[in-house]
Amino acid sequence: MTTPDTIDQIFVITKHWLLGYVPAPLQPIASAILSVLPVMGVFPLLFAITTVLERKGLGRIQNRYGPNRVGPAGFWQPAADGIKSLTKEDVVPRNADQIVHFLAPIVLVIASFIVYAVLPIGRNMVITDLNSGLLYFFAVGSMVELSVFMAGWSSHSKYSLLGAMRATAQMISYEIPLVLAAVVVIMATGSLSTVTIVNAQTGYTMGFPHWFVFTPWGFAGFILFMIAATAESNRSPFDLPEGESEIIAGYYIEYSGFKFALFFLGEYLGMFATSGLAITLFLGGWAAPFSFLTWIPSYFWFFAKLLVIIGVFIWVRGTLPRLRQDQLMGFAWKFMLPMTLLNVFVAAAWHFLPTGIIRWAVCTALLVIPFIVFSMGLKQNKKLQVRTYRFAE
Amino acid sequence: MSIVFFILAALTITGTAAAMALRNAVHCILALTLGFVGLAALYLQLGAQFVGFTQIMVYIGAVAILAVFAIMMTRSAGPHPQPAFSRTWRTGTLIAVIVFAVLAYAISHTTLAPATLPQPEVTVNQIGDTLMHQYALPLEILGLLLTAALIGAVIVAMPAKQEAPQ
Repeated sequence: MTTPDTIDQIFVITKHWLLGYVPAPLQPIASAILSVLPVMGVFPLLFAITTVLERKGLGRIQNRYGPNRVGPAGFWQPAADGIKSLTKEDVVPRNADQIVHFLAPIVLVIASFIVYAVLPIGRNMVITDLNSGLLYFFAVGSMVELSVFMAGWSSHSKYSLLGAMRATAQMISYEIPLVLAAVVVIMATGSLSTVTIVNAQTGYTMGFPHWFVFTPWGFAGFILFMIAATAESNRSPFDLPEGESEIIAGYYIEYSGFKFALFFLGEYLGMFATSGLAITLFLGGWAAPFSFLTWIPSYFWFFAKLLVIIGVFIWVRGTLPRLRQDQLMGFAWKFMLPMTLLNVFVAAAWHFLPTGIIRWAVCTALLVIPFIVFSMGLKQNKKLQVRTYRFAE
Repeated sequence: MSIVFFILAALTITGTAAAMALRNAVHCILALTLGFVGLAALYLQLGAQFVGFTQIMVYIGAVAILAVFAIMMTRSAGPHPQPAFSRTWRTGTLIAVIVFAVLAYAISHTTLAPATLPQPEVTVNQIGDTLMHQYALPLEILGLLLTAALIGAVIVAMPAKQEAPQ
């Protein structure tokens, strides 16, 4: 094995080396634990880093500093926040449904964690290569909705119930475009296994990768998938379920202390998981962006892509205003659903048309013209004008 | 019969039994969800990935969510005044026991040889192929039926046209 290969496979080699010390009957369990523990360590750590980055990034966008007191440049802030939430009193409303109230954050965090089982983080680095990995991902994702409902209903507060209703309605509406946007990749690869999907994108032509995002249907699919993923993870501009100016914090209004932190964690883990799935489906997973960069380890590329997507999420959050409920639903059913359905047809056309410039032209036209038509439809009867900004001197 | 089977069976039975016994509608749904999860895990243990994940997706992602939505819309989540057992529970139990006895007797005295076929390796690809080639027409008809139901639901939900003022 060459040195880059060894560095690339260092975690796999370490795992096998450690497994050698475990007696044979215990090896399946030990192997599972050794695969799961790093995921359970790395992604919460990423969550901690993301909270700082997000608060600093939003601060920069909004002309303020953000956290800068704890540790170097404020980077120990998550540790301080963690200690704070651990030592805070855990207040449970007297009228709350105690058991359901207690179970809701646990169900959310479990559901958010177990989707990572099928995400390929690097070459040969996936917990389990399921034959129907994508199906598993979306099936487990639907459990999140239930935990949100549990939290909102059990608190016995009208705000949390309203928040839960909004969140469930939003998640159901955007789950359809999310799955339909992923379907094009299944059509292209003929497999539901995440590992097969990444392997289908590892080739290079003249130094450029074969990622699905570089095809008309892949590009449209990626954009639609990311919009639906933003809505699924209840992030701005789709953060109506927790709209603080209307219903204060939505479904987790009655949670305090560590349970609140668990909701926060679950939400970010869900966001990382859907971003990771977007990377797997459209951005080539752990594959390097250029053929001359393949010597850099595969897991580096996965996390680099993930951080870029997180950066875009933060940017979008600091830029776009929140949607109204009717705009949210109108966008889901009048724009996202027709566009994703159309994208499925375009992917089929791409498959059957002969390779060449005609295929590109036809598929691009099939996507761009309806996009303009649907946008005009959404813009109807709305007086849109350029906003004038006034800054403080 | 492994220990995993007994754990999953206990989970399924506990969940579904609790769904019948609990007084609060939301608790019933959540218990039923537990039963669905147990059933899905049983399918997965039998190697039927597609059925198992579809069970989770359809019954938890759609059926349970539909039920909780109905509750959130109608706010009928409070405990009901009637007792948990209806007055005719003895008759019901008797009928259930008789049906179970008949079925158990029939199964234990069957002359059919138990199937000795090897466990088939059914992958999602095969299911997809079969649905798209052999059973394409039934699939299309099902799709048409569901579309008709969807359109019907939209028509029912549409606000009735206001009568023009006289």
